[in-house]
Amino acid sequence: MSPLIQELIEKALVVGIVTHGLLIVFSFCTLIERRVLAFMQFRLGPNRTGPQGILQPFADGIKLFFKEEFIPAGANKPLFILAPAVAVATAFMSTAIVTYGGALTVPAFGFLPEWLQGRVIELQIADLEVGILYLFALSSLGVYGIVMAGWASNNKYALIGGLRSSAQMFSYELALGLSWVPVILVTSSFRLPEIVAGQAGWFWNWNCFVVFPAFLVYLVAGTAEANRTPFDLPEAETELVAGFHTEYSSMKFALLQMAEYVNMITISALGVNMFLGGWNTGLPFLPPTAAYGLVGFFTFAAKVAGFLFFFFWLRGTLPRFRYDQLMHFGWKVLVPVAAVFILVTAGVLAALA
Amino acid sequence: MLPVYVPILILAVFAVGFAAFTIVVSHLLGRPRPTEAKAAVYECGMPAIGTARERFPIKFYLVCMIFILLDVDAAFLYPWALIYPQLGWFGFVEMLVFMTLLGGGFTYAWKVGALDW
Repeated sequence: MSPLIQELIEKALVVGIVTHGLLIVFSFCTLIERRVLAFMQFRLGPNRTGPQGILQPFADGIKLFFKEEFIPAGANKPLFILAPAVAVATAFMSTAIVTYGGALTVPAFGFLPEWLQGRVIELQIADLEVGILYLFALSSLGVYGIVMAGWASNNKYALIGGLRSSAQMFSYELALGLSWVPVILVTSSFRLPEIVAGQAGWFWNWNCFVVFPAFLVYLVAGTAEANRTPFDLPEAETELVAGFHTEYSSMKFALLQMAEYVNMITISALGVNMFLGGWNTGLPFLPPTAAYGLVGFFTFAAKVAGFLFFFFWLRGTLPRFRYDQLMHFGWKVLVPVAAVFILVTAGVLAALA
Repeated sequence: MLPVYVPILILAVFAVGFAAFTIVVSHLLGRPRPTEAKAAVYECGMPAIGTARERFPIKFYLVCMIFILLDVDAAFLYPWALIYPQLGWFGFVEMLVFMTLLGGGFTYAWKVGALDW
């Protein structure tokens, strides 16, 4: 088999594993979120489907597939159907540049074809030169799905939810983009593997300590970008019924939810890569890629799990922002803080050089 | 050596295929049986007044305009940050001038109340 075909098969395998892995993580996120929230409120949460409710996501999925789907009479039908597809497709596309661990060596199992045994695989879909810029572009596209869903429903709640959502995501995306610049200044690279490699050694080399204010801005803006509490204004139940997905049912509703969760996972994974040392354990006496590189992968997975738990914890703890407070905070606090911190980082770097 | 964008193409095919598959299958399994009440706009049990194709506050438009202006400038910061070690103090002063101009515009938008909700 020619090396090109081998490489193509390898990449297709990586894409398949990553996307299916994301689907599994998404479905268990819904379960774990419900159970974590339940425990925080002294309830039990869904625990009847299988041991500890482990089969609940599958039950939900099957139920949603068989639910009657309807489109309201006044809706714009093509856009109404297209919106969830756009939302979920852009959410999946933005996972392309995330690194899920260091290089992984395929063990020499007998049932694998010979060229795959001992092959070193990068746990990343595409190692683009423009890396972060690609993500910057795609995170803007994600807004389209939500605005289309809100407008096409021809429902006032949905329209206001969609518009609020677009304004919110625009405002916080600016702060999000600005919070990445100090990291690029420190590591001089757009590529995530290089950014992670720049944080090797002891854990105080991680960017969350090196450029701490940028990390704080990233946390807040990332939460807002994923539409999570306390920034879940687009679907504020008490004022807007369910916001932009008021009129959605069946699997189209599930796709919108999936887009939201995949975005949350991407933001967690990206935060881990850029600020929390990626697959580095932070303890240099441990070999970071021992045992086929699995140590790196599990370190990364544990950090992402911690990040996701942080999001659930926020939802269990904080009340929702008021919309004017949200816009004030985004434009008048986060953006100036992020911009000034870029200049501070640049000044310190120039002074040290 | 495989072109670096090929995996992204594979991912795009998967993402679009997944969305299309899910929507088509749930359409076939869900068997829509619309009635007049079901097809009506959701309005908490009240009859809806008018449609949603109405005017909405101009603030949303203003925020989007400011976003576009500042976002392009944010994108300009990326290449600058990438080659900053080669620029040194020259790059710092240039960026200070750029940020001051940008900050002037931002302050203007702030003072005329474009950022007030």
